[in-house]
Amino acid sequence: MALSTEEVLAGLAELVNDETGIATDTVELDKSFTDDLDIDSISMMTIVVNAEEKFDVKIPDEEVKNLKTVGDAVAFITAASA
Amino acid sequence: MAHIELNQSVGASFSRIYALGAARGDITVTNDDIAGPIDSTDEWIRQRTGIITRMRASKDVTAADLATAAAKEAIAKAGIDPNQIDAVLISTISNTVQTPSMAALVADRVGANPAAAYDISAACAGYTYGIAQADSFIRSGLAHYVLVIGAEKLSDYAKPTDRSISFLLGDGAGAAVVGPSEFPGISPTVWGSDGSKWDAVGMDHTLAEYRDGKGEVDWPMLRQEGQTVFRWAVWDMAKVAQLALEKAGITSDQLAAFIPHQANMRIIDEFAKQLKLPESVVIARDIATTGNTSAASIPLATHKLLTEHPELSGGLALQIGFGAGLVFGAQVVVLP
Repeated sequence: MALSTEEVLAGLAELVNDETGIATDTVELDKSFTDDLDIDSISMMTIVVNAEEKFDVKIPDEEVKNLKTVGDAVAFITAASA
Repeated sequence: MAHIELNQSVGASFSRIYALGAARGDITVTNDDIAGPIDSTDEWIRQRTGIITRMRASKDVTAADLATAAAKEAIAKAGIDPNQIDAVLISTISNTVQTPSMAALVADRVGANPAAAYDISAACAGYTYGIAQADSFIRSGLAHYVLVIGAEKLSDYAKPTDRSISFLLGDGAGAAVVGPSEFPGISPTVWGSDGSKWDAVGMDHTLAEYRDGKGEVDWPMLRQEGQTVFRWAVWDMAKVAQLALEKAGITSDQLAAFIPHQANMRIIDEFAKQLKLPESVVIARDIATTGNTSAASIPLATHKLLTEHPELSGGLALQIGFGAGLVFGAQVVVLP
């Protein structure tokens, strides 16, 4: 079943919080993972793998570099879960 | 045609590691020493790698020199005569020549001439490949004692401006003497490769590109796709580690130590988390002060663990190597 943007954003914010301690309400669609949230490449990959499990989707390595913002990730996961 | 009976070798029932030796580079390289060319800081490197210092060797010291020093310690501690060694296996990516092997040179230097000698090209998994082969040789009767070494001078392949891997790298060698045993000392090895990720870790140029580059192509240096390697090294390797425990017939709470390849502290931490290791299991973290020494990292980390925690001797350690190829190997060993 397709997930809504809100559902994915809330779930992703929890994963970001688990990995980095960043408050869930600061994980917003227009935020850049690196520039705004200061998430490094290793933490990003940990979040990606945990997101795959949480949302039951596949996020290939070559796709990860295209996920610049939280919105990019939410859009990819939402489409992949459809 | 009449069947003529041949002799076929039969070996010991079991094998084990008798002793270890270690040699590290003689120069302590701090994060501040290397941060400039990668526009970084001590804090950035510590946070992303857990490395505080890495040990690198002087210009005139080769990986074979480090291997020789480590091997001599292991042989002395094992209490055997070097001429009892039937095979010398060195895992390395830092031999100074394409051929001959580093192993033949080191075998001669340590007094093991005319032991069979060859190098293994399995990068950071190479030591576990060597232990697997030694175990097999001893139990098949091909060899009585085997000297297994991981030896690297990675500083020769560390590009000062590379932000993907070079700042991790150190120089060192670790050696193990493996021989026959009254009890099982080396579990079945889980090993393999995934050449579909051949480009994930390796060199930035081929030797031919360097040769034909008219001075515009740099000497080949190491590079990696960090995120791809991180995902594989933690989540795929956690499955390999679990399988190694199953094949050994033990559970993680029976381990005394977990000794993964010292690639990056973040990998070690996440790996341990995925394996849900009980707190009683001591985790090797030699990378903090030695750096990533590829094939040498597991025996170096084991050597340090046994120096700091001699009570671990006789306990079980899960060791797992993984790296360029991609290749991997894991087994449970009784610590010497």
